[in-house]
This record gives sequence, C-alpha cells and structure tokens, in this order.
Amino acid sequence: MKEISHHLPDWLIRSYATGSLGHAFSLVVAAHVSQCDDCRARLEAEELAGGLVLETLDTVAPSDDLRARIFDGLDADPSPEPAKPQRTGIYPGAVVEAMGGPEPRWRSLGGGIRQAILSEDGEGSARLLYIPPGMAVPDHGHNGLELTLVLQGSFSDETGRFGVGDVEVATDDLDHTPVAGMEDVCICLAATDAPLRFKSLLPRMLQPIFRI
Amino acid sequence: MDDRKPSAATPEGPCEQTEWLVAVRDRRDKAAFARLYDYFVPRLKGMLMRSGMPGAAAEDVVQDVMLTIWRKAHLYDENRARASAWIYRIARNRQIDVIRRRPRPVPDEMVAEAETRDTPQADALIGLEQEAAQLREALETLPQAQREIIERAYVGELTQAEIREATGLALGTIKSRIRLALEKLRHELRDLREE
Repeated sequence: MKEISHHLPDWLIRSYATGSLGHAFSLVVAAHVSQCDDCRARLEAEELAGGLVLETLDTVAPSDDLRARIFDGLDADPSPEPAKPQRTGIYPGAVVEAMGGPEPRWRSLGGGIRQAILSEDGEGSARLLYIPPGMAVPDHGHNGLELTLVLQGSFSDETGRFGVGDVEVATDDLDHTPVAGMEDVCICLAATDAPLRFKSLLPRMLQPIFRI
Repeated sequence: MDDRKPSAATPEGPCEQTEWLVAVRDRRDKAAFARLYDYFVPRLKGMLMRSGMPGAAAEDVVQDVMLTIWRKAHLYDENRARASAWIYRIARNRQIDVIRRRPRPVPDEMVAEAETRDTPQADALIGLEQEAAQLREALETLPQAQREIIERAYVGELTQAEIREATGLALGTIKSRIRLALEKLRHELRDLREE
C-alpha cells in the first residue's frame, strides 16, 4: 500500500457512516477507504459509535407478523445476490460498479483530456478524469464542494501534490489549476455537488455540452 | 490505556450481543438469533423511522437486515467490529440501497480478511471492548444538548451540512486503537506470507 498523505476530513467519514452523504461523494469515500487503512479505521470507529447509539435508542415495537416473516426466511434458499464487483486494475470495486463495466467509457474533452461520467443526480455528480502528463485542467472555482481522488499518476495545484490514493477536498474559496504529473497519465475520480465554474471563456462555452 | 497484559481471563469479554452473533456464525444457533432479533429489531425500527422511513418501509428494511445477518454471519469478525457496529453498517447499506434505488458505494473488503478471522486475537478484542466502554462513557457524560446532536447524527437525522457544522465527537483514541489493531493484522499477514 502506498503512503497516502491527503485524507478524508472527519465530517465526511461521519456523513458517510450515518448515511447522510449523496451518491457521488459516497463513491469517493468508498473508493478512498478501499485503499487507505487509516480512513478505514476511522470509518470503523464511526460505525462503533453508530452501534453504541443504536444500543441506547428507544425501541419501537415491530408488527406481530415480522418475527414469523423473518424466521420463515431463515431456511429458505435466498435468491442469489449479484456479487459485488471486485477491484479491477486501478479502479476500486465501487468505481467498477458505477462504471457498469471493467473500463470507463471515455469521452474526449479536447487537449487529450477525457472524462467518463459515472453518476449524476440532484445532489451532485461523479466522473472519472483522464489528464495526459503535464496537462492542466482549466482553472476553475467551485459552487460547492469538490472531492478529487487520484487513482493513477498524480496532480499538483496551488495547495500541494496529490498522488495515488490522495484525496483533495476543495471548497468554494479555492480557485485552483491542477496540473498532471509528468510520470504518467493522471486518472482521478472527481465528485461535486454543483457545476464547476470555469474561468476562461472557451471551457465555459463547452460546459453545457460536456457537462464538466 | 494501561499496559497490563491481556490474559485469557479478561475482565471484559465480548458483549453479549457479540456473543450471540458469534453463536449464529459458528453454530447457526437459532436461539441466539432470536435474542439478536429481540434486542436489535425494535431499535433498528426506531432508528429507521427516525431517519425518515414510514413504519412499514422500515420493517421491510429490518427484515432484510436480519436475513443478511443470518446469511452473512460467516463474514463477521468480532476482532474488527462489535455486533452493534456491524449491524449498524448493514442497516445503513440496506436503507440507502432502498432509498436511492441503486447500490450504496461500499469500500472493498480488506484483502485476506477472511483468513485472519480464525486466529485468536484476544488483545484486539479487548482493545475494542475497552474503546467501546470509553466511548460510551464519553457519550453519556456529554452535556445534554451535545449528546442529542451526536445521537441525531448517528441515527441519520442530520444532513451532511449539519454534520459538518456540528462540533465533533472526538474519536481520536478509538481511531488509534483500531488503527493499531489493523496494523497488527497486516503485519501478521506479512509474517505468514514470508514463512
């Protein structure tokens, strides 16, 4: 396991554990925890606390037939569940599941940059980004929160260098220009809860077309 | 944490819920499963209803959770999680699958997790119970208002933004304990590989 230096903040791990995080951010949390023992331990600590709270909750009586429904099910053959997708290459299982296959369906954004949208709903969107070595992602700010997890290669911006497994948490106040490292193509999982604002005119014109 | 050597005769063994779950796992013990039912079903139903599900929908989730406990008990590792923590996670996973009508993204299992489970890990287990006892005490001694916020967060009544704003419950010692236990497991695995 590589050394990871940029982790998830506590509130994101807690929001994931308690089920209050939207799908796109949950995907980033699951993908980061898949490769970070530190954050996995922090998630398990949150679940320990969740279990303790569960133990102290007021009880609500179940309906009379629930016990029979459950006990009758114990000896029944369960309908086979589809197996959870396994990690494939650089992609954690949760990302493979969201891709719907072993490889991303890349769309070109020009300049060698590609993206594959994994999910989009009222709460946000998640996509994979493919950035050739040395290329910059256009200067952009955010209307909300953006999480970027590196799956391959690295990128650097005004706040530091991010390698495999590192996650960048960018909020409203960060205007940044991530540049991919020279060692390899940088592939990231990026999730936002709002459309990105690009500073230069061209990407802004392209924004509705490419949904960046 | 003191440095007393854990021995076989420990003051704090696993809690009884964990013992019931282990009995279900190891012996397919239906009496133990009935105890898990009596203990967890009314609490799970309460939690799911508080996080916004109507009673009937909550019971459907509870039913799936209890059947998952029965069918996936072989994956339970008492060295990594207390019964209530494992069941809390299963309930959240199922609830979110249902609400969002798509699978909740979950972390990959740790590699070789299953192989480590059968080795006795008395000290990891004690560490977990001691941490749980300390955390419970920390929760119980919080001022009422803060305790309520924390409870509402774990029940699922707070939004992501509210959790972000809320002053955090420090889980620092727990984190380091669980992390140490994980590192120990990893080293053992490495030693096994190198033998």
